[in-house]
Amino acid sequence: MEFLEFFERFAIPHPSPAIYASMVAIALTSIGIVAGLTYFKKWGYLWREWLTTVDHKKIGIMYLVSALLMLFRGGADAIMMRAQLATPDAKLLDAQHYNEIFTTHGVVMIIFMAMPFIFAFMNLIVPLQIGARDVAFPRLNALSFWLFFAGAMLFNISFVVGGSPDAGWTSYFPLAGNDFSESVGTNYYMLAIQISGIGSLMTGINMCTTILKMRAPGMTLMKMPMFTWSAFIANVIIVFAFPVLTVALIMGTTDRLFATNFFTTESGGMDMLWANFFWIWGHPEVYILILPAFGLYSEIISTFSRRNLYGYSSMVWSMILISLLSFLVWTHHFFTMGQGALTNSIFSITTMAIAVPTGVKIFNWLFTMWKGKIRFTVPMLYSIGFIPLFTIGGVTGVMLAMSAADYQYHNTMFLVAHFHNTIIPGVVFAMLAGLTYYWPKFFGFMLNEKIGKVTFWLLTVGFVLAFFPMYLTGLDGQARRMYTYSEATGFGPLNMLSFIGAALMAIGFVTIVYNVYYSFKNSSRDIGSDPWDARSLEWATHTPVPEYNFARTPQISSSETFWDSKKNGHVLFKGEIEEIHMPNNSGVPFIMGIIFFIAGFSFIFALWVPAVIGLIGIFVCMAMRSFEKDHGRHISVKEIKETEEKLGGAK
Amino acid sequence: MRKKWTLLTSMMALVFVLAGCEPLLVLDPKGPQAERQANDIMLSIGIMSVIVIVVMVILAYILFKYRASKQPDDYEPPHIHGNKWVEIVCVGVPILIVAYLSFVSVKSNYIVESTPEGYENQEPLVIYASSSDWKWHFSYPEEGIETVNYLYIPTDRPIEFKLYSYGPITSFWIPQLGGQKYAMSDMVTTLHLAADEAGEYMGRNANFSGKGFAENTFNVTAMSQADYDEWVDEVHDTAKPLTEDEFETLLEPGHLGQMTFTGTHLEFSPAPEHAHNEVSDEDSDESHEHSNHENHTEEETDHSGH
Amino acid sequence: MHIDHSQPLEYSTQQNQLNILGFWIFLGAEIMLFATLFTAYFTLEGRTGSGPTPAEIFEITPVLIETFVLLTSSFTIGLGIHAMRLGRKNAMMTFFGITLLLGLCFLGVEVFEFMHYYHVGATYQTSAFTAALLTTLGTHGGHVTLGLFWGTFILLQVKKRGLTPETANKSFIFSLYWHFLDVVWIFIFSFIYLKGMM
Repeated sequence: MEFLEFFERFAIPHPSPAIYASMVAIALTSIGIVAGLTYFKKWGYLWREWLTTVDHKKIGIMYLVSALLMLFRGGADAIMMRAQLATPDAKLLDAQHYNEIFTTHGVVMIIFMAMPFIFAFMNLIVPLQIGARDVAFPRLNALSFWLFFAGAMLFNISFVVGGSPDAGWTSYFPLAGNDFSESVGTNYYMLAIQISGIGSLMTGINMCTTILKMRAPGMTLMKMPMFTWSAFIANVIIVFAFPVLTVALIMGTTDRLFATNFFTTESGGMDMLWANFFWIWGHPEVYILILPAFGLYSEIISTFSRRNLYGYSSMVWSMILISLLSFLVWTHHFFTMGQGALTNSIFSITTMAIAVPTGVKIFNWLFTMWKGKIRFTVPMLYSIGFIPLFTIGGVTGVMLAMSAADYQYHNTMFLVAHFHNTIIPGVVFAMLAGLTYYWPKFFGFMLNEKIGKVTFWLLTVGFVLAFFPMYLTGLDGQARRMYTYSEATGFGPLNMLSFIGAALMAIGFVTIVYNVYYSFKNSSRDIGSDPWDARSLEWATHTPVPEYNFARTPQISSSETFWDSKKNGHVLFKGEIEEIHMPNNSGVPFIMGIIFFIAGFSFIFALWVPAVIGLIGIFVCMAMRSFEKDHGRHISVKEIKETEEKLGGAK
Repeated sequence: MRKKWTLLTSMMALVFVLAGCEPLLVLDPKGPQAERQANDIMLSIGIMSVIVIVVMVILAYILFKYRASKQPDDYEPPHIHGNKWVEIVCVGVPILIVAYLSFVSVKSNYIVESTPEGYENQEPLVIYASSSDWKWHFSYPEEGIETVNYLYIPTDRPIEFKLYSYGPITSFWIPQLGGQKYAMSDMVTTLHLAADEAGEYMGRNANFSGKGFAENTFNVTAMSQADYDEWVDEVHDTAKPLTEDEFETLLEPGHLGQMTFTGTHLEFSPAPEHAHNEVSDEDSDESHEHSNHENHTEEETDHSGH
Repeated sequence: MHIDHSQPLEYSTQQNQLNILGFWIFLGAEIMLFATLFTAYFTLEGRTGSGPTPAEIFEITPVLIETFVLLTSSFTIGLGIHAMRLGRKNAMMTFFGITLLLGLCFLGVEVFEFMHYYHVGATYQTSAFTAALLTTLGTHGGHVTLGLFWGTFILLQVKKRGLTPETANKSFIFSLYWHFLDVVWIFIFSFIYLKGMM
């Protein structure tokens, strides 16, 4: 009897057939994976090559796969929401389910889709672009990934174990407090984001150190490729923004688990403090996502225009300015909180000011294409689609920044349209462009261009149909996060249009999977190391990239060293091949990920004994690391020469 | 000035056509504050459309002119670093636009945060609007009336809403009269509105507040001062007084229809108008009691703090 | 591994330099962490609900002892690093040992201080003020506790392996951490205790 009572806490407070079906599906998939690994005897391979790897390229690929999986999870949430709102008074979802779904949609897409996607590209590209062997702290890098992964898995089991969070991705208190959110859902929110947030912070420190200290000889800061610059600035923002989230989440956790009064409505608690902390992190977070996207666009536009990036230094300075301003605008997320005209005016101006450096970047991309020789490849199509669509997203941002008018936009579908209008053409398009662009470098074959173009058009048309109607329904008084509306409101037809657009986008995303499958079967493996005729250093090494990246350290002449070596006779690799020092693999990061998962899960359900054991386990792992003697290993000259020969001659 | 208005109206017309002919609520203002906001919105849509069109035209031109298929095979694009004057224009023009919009924005901030223009010399009608899961309570302290989920207001008179919440943060919004503002549990915010025309308007909570959020709406009826006075008298003749017990049952989570009472809950459950850090010991006891009212439905709540 | 003998031992390999820079960046993140805690504290300081105010619970004696002990420990670890640079392993270990003992004293007094708060009715749950106070102090105290373990591990490694580029690097980084905790404490002392008692 007691036994049953213990397990009652894991039951879902608000079940539905769909959730039970997902439980069965999850169980079957897990069994399938385990059985498959056992049948094909792949456990050893999985452990040696992936779970214990510290190689930045493999970690990048793991981030990439996780991000794609999460894209589909968040996308499933999105399509359910649009289906529910497609018609007035629909009964597909009830209020509680709808609330859970938009909450998880937001968290999954920002924290567990967009973040790993940019980390994937930072991991894959940055060391190659600066001519380094790996990141500064390879094992910490693995730990970052496993913490992200533990957080993501923890968050994703919420809907089958104990119930999903339902207070919105912003999780405003007091709604997110125990009084109004009784299930463990918000505990999942607090702990899962905390765990993956610690991972993000570590990546921030790791990448900053890597970029500052490990650049190849000759590469001054102002000769770094633009993606590396964008990654550097994004990581600086991570280092300064994520601790704020850490503190806010700790306070939210203690409010819920230990009955403290940070954000409650009694004993002096202050609900607005959460909103402030959340957005002091939250607004810079937006730029953490968009700056690397800008970096990818810069690389792609320049490659396919066959021209150097226009206004390199203004690109850099505009990013630096954006990163500073990003910390000075958080109040614009709640102009309607009653701070008064003066405060609103100040934040209105700082917010609009961001439009200036962003505008500079748009014009620089346009001028990069000027007098170029433009090839309409799939990555380039995304970049071209990005410019007008993101401009619309940007100018609606300026509209929202007008605080008096924001009293009318706030909390409406207009706002929803705006931020999707920046995130989808801005971040998601960039990720898909980057995926297509860098795919051959890491997998050795090209993705099919025809299918890629179909995907692009499905996504673009779908996007316009899905989100532009929201600008209108917002101005017509449709508040966001409403699970239904009556026919009399007249929101019906435009919402149906949105649903059609969302469905097109869903088809578009499925075609990506098909493209990978199709290209894997049919694409040529004989593509050389530079299939796009690109310009920066990551294309100067072999495809696939050997584990040590470059047999000899490259000598840098400009931000486009590789192009210089192809066209202007710059000698990239000088001297003899020498022995290379590489770090050893380690299972500890993976094990720590598991311990974090267990400890987090225990905290969520207030199971103190395993929680404390988990915390002790984490400290034991750290202590072991302190005492460990690990000097890495050396790859001999002979071995390097053999690898180089196999991959196509010494470079 | 006239030119600007023709432009604005023609653009409004365009937006209406796109939306299926019905005017969009926010762009169909019935009060001075909403009108100011609608004007700002139309102005910014106008300027922003120009920017978007310029970017699109440049992009289309470049794509057309410099596409690879149109150029000789041996064409090698030049290396261009940047041009001082081009960059000055690219920075300067956005700065001018942003400066102008900032100027408008700041001016509008002070307008929407004070008594509506043209109504300055009138005594405002003060109405306390408080939300609880998922209802709105409107207290008219001058008239000694309280309503639930509906609002009667006189036209051509400034109205000062005092907003607060018994529970999650909500946002009080009547799109046709003016933009929204938050209602929170430990402070009172003020929203200045006025109705120029008699009519029925939609009002709602715009800020997500849990399960019953979608239906958290109220009706607003604006009428002449004479009709309003008549209504006040009628309420005093017919409605029951609001008791503390009754009010506490009203606060329980759920939905209610429209209700009318004489007297207001402010008498026994005052609005949280004091700032917390100025609270003396005596006051804090009051606020402590007060917060117990707020949470009386949550028996399991941990009160270990008290 | 390439060792550059023109540099001090703790900077002598590339990995050592990376570690030190990485740690500085980590301290940047720590500054943000404590800045956020301070912001929360200053915002919630006056929101005492029905609980006690700062002036009612702060006591000068334990705070002065803590301050004195921690400042001294910061000085002794500086001496320890100086000894390390001179290659004097035993002196270095003695100074590190003293530092850790002083850290332990600090922690003991802080535990005593927390018990005092508990007895006068200022618990974690009492009010927004007490929660912010105890979280800020607790985060600092937690850092000190972690530092005690970390420092002990390093001491053991120096004892066993001698002053190598690795152990020197770890010791130096630990000293950065310890100085940082001292700086945070000076802020806590000035802006939480002194301001609260005035």
